[in-house]
Amino acid sequence: MAEKAAFWAETRVEGETAVLDLHGEINSLSDDALTVAYDEAETAVPHKIILNFAAVDYINSTGIALIVGLLARARAAHRPIAAAGLSDHYREIFTITRLSDFMEIQ
Amino acid sequence: MTTIRGFWRNFIGQKEVTVAETAVPTPIPTTQTSDFDLEIAPHDPLLAYVQHNPVVLAVDQLKLNSPALAAMRQAGVKLIVPLVSQGELIGLINLGSRLSEQEYASDDYKLLADLAAQAAPALRVAQLVKQQQQEAAERERIEQELKVARLIQQTLLPQALPTLAGWTVSAYYQPARAVGGDFYDFITFPDGKMGFIVADVTDKGVPAALVMATTRTLLRAAAERLETPGAVLARTNDVLVDEIPPKMFVTCFYAVLDPANGRLRYANAGHDVPYRYTADGVVELRATGMPLGLLPGMTYEEKETTLNFGDYVLLYSDGLVEAHNPEREMFGFPRLQELMATHANGDTLKEFLLDQLAAFTGPGWEQEDDVTLVTLQREQGPSSPIEFEIPSAPGNERLAMARVAEIVGEQLAAPRLEKLKTAVAEAAMNAMEHGNKYDPDKPVSLNVFVDETAVRVTITDEGGGAPLKPSTTPDLEAKLAGEQSPRGWGLFLIQNMVNEMHIQQDAQHHTIELVMYRQGE
Repeated sequence: MAEKAAFWAETRVEGETAVLDLHGEINSLSDDALTVAYDEAETAVPHKIILNFAAVDYINSTGIALIVGLLARARAAHRPIAAAGLSDHYREIFTITRLSDFMEIQ
Repeated sequence: MTTIRGFWRNFIGQKEVTVAETAVPTPIPTTQTSDFDLEIAPHDPLLAYVQHNPVVLAVDQLKLNSPALAAMRQAGVKLIVPLVSQGELIGLINLGSRLSEQEYASDDYKLLADLAAQAAPALRVAQLVKQQQQEAAERERIEQELKVARLIQQTLLPQALPTLAGWTVSAYYQPARAVGGDFYDFITFPDGKMGFIVADVTDKGVPAALVMATTRTLLRAAAERLETPGAVLARTNDVLVDEIPPKMFVTCFYAVLDPANGRLRYANAGHDVPYRYTADGVVELRATGMPLGLLPGMTYEEKETTLNFGDYVLLYSDGLVEAHNPEREMFGFPRLQELMATHANGDTLKEFLLDQLAAFTGPGWEQEDDVTLVTLQREQGPSSPIEFEIPSAPGNERLAMARVAEIVGEQLAAPRLEKLKTAVAEAAMNAMEHGNKYDPDKPVSLNVFVDETAVRVTITDEGGGAPLKPSTTPDLEAKLAGEQSPRGWGLFLIQNMVNEMHIQQDAQHHTIELVMYRQGE
């Protein structure tokens, strides 16, 4: 089974918050789509960015690395970032990896 | 009202009597016709009178309000001579007037009485011989029919038990003398799944055997086209409704097992609820549905369960649970459930239950109905590790995850299974990417082994030689500050997802063993 682009993201702005609705699998092939969505979110100069994982069914270690990359960008811009819609399993992974120390888990 | 022939048939229990219709024995000539059709009602007072007065009787002197007597007078009968053998009235000789037109004399009465005394036993013997001949012919007919019924059943029952790696299937079938309509069947599907059927047709003998044959064919045809047990039963029911004789129906339990993961999907058309043995007790596999062949358009509830290692399922028919002991107490469902709870071996369960049944019914028990027992046991985990390979290609870690999840099934609670899946995916990804360099000719081998305490998964690549880097806790602050690559989470994640992680390597291979305990946090 060759990997195919099974990820997409949509950006919406709610007041001063930009929400990235993430869909599918977050792995090495999600990099470009995730970056584009984040770039788009930043153009609105939001006060805060929320990553919505409600429609994400798989995150591997490379996907964790991508989220670390987004978190680094947000921190560099002094922009709070939050994660929403995580399943119990991925909530635990965010805790184990300490991502939850640096981003609000909603 | 019955004819006299009909009445006597009733009176002496299906024994045909002809003498009563013969009016006159040859030594006594009469002027009357020698044959007339007289109907005597069962409650006609003449019969009671004759039974209590078994002597030659002059019709004109009888004062009874009897339609039969009136008919006799009308037909010109003058004397009635009862034929009695061993106290049982078996016929009447009816005599008309003498040819000489003289009255019957006392000598005639005596002669007739002597004649009746000799004729009655001879008639009785003739009746008994005829009766025995008829009974023998009937027995022969029934035996022949039973032979046909047995032949049909034996032809249609599976000739061999299915062989399933990691599973033990056993079956027992003992027809009652009258041959009921039990049957069982196994259906092998191309994807490796296996269908199990146990059914019971109402009625016995050839009619039941024929309906059994029809139902079996319909079930097999439906199972070839339809995937789910509920749909198979619904389809079979809709066709059978038009085919089955009135007042007959079929109870049927149908289950489909995926032997790879122990998942058993089932539906029930009014059959006795099967039991599942587990280490924690015996539970029912309950699903609702009407018997087949009663009403069209029925739907059948579908349920699914996963059989753990060591679990077994007993499918059976009512011949076992409805057996009676000499006190007319029934074997019953609670007794069956209790007995199963004491017996962990599905393969020897049938012998155990039959011994218990024999002890319950006592010697000389005549089996009332067919007894059918089919067991399906998942063997203990340690004897059946499951191995498979995945090609080294990006994204194939999801194949590994899905297959492991399928094999492990409900052996792990859902949160623990999710963790194991993540660990397997990360280890498989490392093996494909770093060990095999995504070389399509180098697959990654996985071995899944479940025992009573833990699930063990080994993941082996062909990139031996260089030692794997030890797992360290990633420095998230450094990564966020851009001082380290954001990657490098794989081994750390694996180690935190499972209870134990062991790494082995030789010149050709790396192997990671993941151990997830079945209990605990």
